[in-house]
Amino acid sequence: MDALVLQILNGLDKGAAYALIALGLTLVFGTLGVVNFAHGALFMLGAFCAVSVKALLTLEHVALDPEKLTAWGTPMEIRTPYIESWFGDFGATLIDYSVPVSILLAIPVMLILGIIMERGLIRHFYKRPHADQILVTFGLAIVVQEIVKAQFGANPIPQPAPDIFAGSADIGLLIGFAENAIVYPWWRIIYLIFSAAILGAVFAFLKYTTFGMVVRAGMADRETVGLLGIDIDRRFTIVFGLATVVAGVAGVMYTPILSPDYHMGMDFLVLSFVVVVVGGMGSLGGAVAAGFLLGILQSFASMNEVNSILPGIDQIIIYLIAVVVLLVRPRGLMGRKGVMED
Amino acid sequence: MKWLNIDKSDRLLLIVFVLAVLLGPVIMTPIGGGYPDLLQKFAIFGVFAIGFNILFGLTGYLSFGHAAFLGIGSYTAVWAFKLLTMNVVPAIILATVMGGVFALAIGFVALRRSGIYFSILTLAFAQMSYNLAYSVLTPITNGETGLQLRQHDARVIDGLFGVERTDALPTTELFGLSMSGWSGYYVCGVVLIITFFISLRIFRSPFGMMLRAIKSNQNRLSYTGVNTRPYTLAAFVISGMIAGLAGGLMAATDPLAGAERMQWTASGEIVLMTILGGAGTLVGPVIGAGVIKYFENIFSAFNHDILLNVFSFLPEALQQAAATFFGLFVGEGWHLTLGALFMLIVIFLPGGLMEGVNRILNMIRRRSSSSGPPAPAPAADASVKAGE
Repeated sequence: MDALVLQILNGLDKGAAYALIALGLTLVFGTLGVVNFAHGALFMLGAFCAVSVKALLTLEHVALDPEKLTAWGTPMEIRTPYIESWFGDFGATLIDYSVPVSILLAIPVMLILGIIMERGLIRHFYKRPHADQILVTFGLAIVVQEIVKAQFGANPIPQPAPDIFAGSADIGLLIGFAENAIVYPWWRIIYLIFSAAILGAVFAFLKYTTFGMVVRAGMADRETVGLLGIDIDRRFTIVFGLATVVAGVAGVMYTPILSPDYHMGMDFLVLSFVVVVVGGMGSLGGAVAAGFLLGILQSFASMNEVNSILPGIDQIIIYLIAVVVLLVRPRGLMGRKGVMED
Repeated sequence: MKWLNIDKSDRLLLIVFVLAVLLGPVIMTPIGGGYPDLLQKFAIFGVFAIGFNILFGLTGYLSFGHAAFLGIGSYTAVWAFKLLTMNVVPAIILATVMGGVFALAIGFVALRRSGIYFSILTLAFAQMSYNLAYSVLTPITNGETGLQLRQHDARVIDGLFGVERTDALPTTELFGLSMSGWSGYYVCGVVLIITFFISLRIFRSPFGMMLRAIKSNQNRLSYTGVNTRPYTLAAFVISGMIAGLAGGLMAATDPLAGAERMQWTASGEIVLMTILGGAGTLVGPVIGAGVIKYFENIFSAFNHDILLNVFSFLPEALQQAAATFFGLFVGEGWHLTLGALFMLIVIFLPGGLMEGVNRILNMIRRRSSSSGPPAPAPAADASVKAGE
C-alpha cells in the first residue's frame, strides 16, 4: 500500500511537468491551430533562465587574504559573490533562492520571446499545412537547442533548491503510515503546489475573464468572432505568449528536480505531444488530466514488481497507451468533435 | 518501341541519373568530396530518402519515425553477418524483408489516423523501438555498445562453403568484392539506381496516381467509393522496405548497428533531406540527401583557424568577429546550420531545391518568351515532368 502511494506521488511531479507543457501545447493548438514542435525548447529556455540567474547572482570577485595560507603556502583566495558583499545576508539568501527568484526574470523574457515568435514566424504558418508547421517549429527547436548548447555547454548544470526545501518530508506520518514509509522531497511538493496554482490560474483566466471568454469563443469559431469586430489575432498572440510563459516557468521550477541540459526540451516535447493526443487535441482539461495520468502510470510501470512481469514496460508504457487510446478513442480521452481532424 | 517501358523524357532522366552515380567520384573530387566513405553515405541516404519520398512525397503522410526501419534493417543485416555469411546479399535481402514486416505491422495501426495523429503515432512507435533497443532487447541489440561482429560468430553458410577463419575480424563482401572503398560505393550506387528506377515506375504508374490523389484530397477519393487504406499501407510498406534496405546497406559498408540510428532526430534528418531536395519530386530527395551529407562533412571539419584563414581579407577586428560568429555554425555547431537551413527551406521554398530550380527555369523561359515567340507547349510539359 505505502509503495503504491509513493509511486503515485512520484508520478505526480513528472505528471505536473507534462501537464504544464501539454497545457501550453493545447492552448496553441486550440487557438492558433498550430502544431508547435518548439514548445519543448521553450520549457528548456525557461530552465536556462534559472541557470543564467544563478550564474549572474554568483558572479564573484577574488581577494587575496595574506593572513590565511593554502596548503602550498600561497595566500588564500577568498571568493565572494558581488551580491553578498553588496547586500550581506540578504544577498546570500537571494543566491540560496535563485530558482524561485528566476521566475521574475523568466516571465517577462518568455513573454517577449513568445510574442516575437508568434509575430515573426508562427503567424505566417496559420494557413500552411500541419506538416509545414511541424517542420518549421522542429527546425526552430533545433536552432534554439544548439544556441543553448553553444552558450552553456552540453553537460547538465545542477541547480540546487533553496536550503530549507532541500530535505524530504515524511508524508506517510501525516496520513497514518509508519515512520519513514513514504518520504517525499520538499521541493517536489512545492512543485506540485506551484503547478496546481499555475493550472488553476490559467483555467480561471480563461473561464472568468472577458478576455478568456473571447479566447474560448475564438477557439470554437474563430471566423465568427472576427466578424463580430473583435481583433482575435491580437488576443491569440497574447495567448501564445501565455503558453510560452507557462512552459518557461514550468522549466524554471523543474530545474532542482532535473538538472537542465540542452536536449531536455526535446525529451519532454515528445512525451508532451503524446499527452496532448491522449488527452484529446484541443481539450485543456484533457491535456492536464492525461499529463497526470501518464506521469503516474509511468511511475507505476517502473516499479520492480511490474518490471519483473513485463520487462521494459517502463520504457514504452506512455507510447503504448497513446497507441491504444488513438485506436480505441481516436479523439482522445476528452477530445471534441471537429478539432484538428482534417 | 518503348525501352524499359518508360517514355522519352524519363529515359533521359534515368540515363543522366545513372551517369551521375557512375561518375560520382569524378564529379565530387573537384569539390572535395571524392572519397569512398562519403560517397557511400550519399548513396545510402539517397536510397533512404527515395523510400521516404514514396510515402511523404506521394501520399502526404508525414512519418516522424522512419529511422526505426533503418535501425531494424541495420540490426537484421548485422545478425545475418553474424549467423549466416559475410556475403552482403542475404543480409540486404533480410534487412529489406524485416523493414517490410515491421512497416506492415506499424502501418496497419498507424494508418488508421491521418495528419498530425499519424505523425505522432509513427513517432511513438519509433521511440518505443529505440527505448526497447536500449533496454530490454539488449540481448538482441547489445544496448548502448551497439551490435558488432565477433571472431567466433557462427556464420553457418560460410562454414558450409569452408571459408577459413582467420584471427582478424572478417569483412563484408559481395562474392569476393570488398564492401569498403570504391567497390563498396559502386555496390551502393547500383542499389541506388535500382531504387530510383523502382521509384520512377511507381511515380508513373496508376498506383502512384492513386497515391497522389490521396495527397490532394482523401475525402473526395473515399466519397467516390475508393478504399484508400490498401494504397496508403502499400506505400508505407514499400517505403519501410526501402528504409530497411538502406539500413542493410549501412551495415554492409560498416558492420555495426546502434540504437541511436532509430532516434527521432535521425527521423527528422531524413524528413529534412526530402524537404530540402523537394518532396514529391523524383530526384529531389537524392539531391537533398547528397547536399546535407556533403555539407555535414565539409562544415564539421571547419574550425576557428580555418575560418580565420577564410576571412583573412577582412580587417583584423572584423576577421575575429566574423570567425567567431561563423564558428557557431561549423564544426560542433553543424546542427545549428542544419536547423536554420530547415527553417529557411520550409519558410521560403516549401517545394525544396527542385522548386527553386523550376522557378529559375520558368523565369528564364518567361524572359526569353517575352522577346521571342512563345515556347511550344509540349516542350514546357516535358520539362515540368522531368523536374517532377
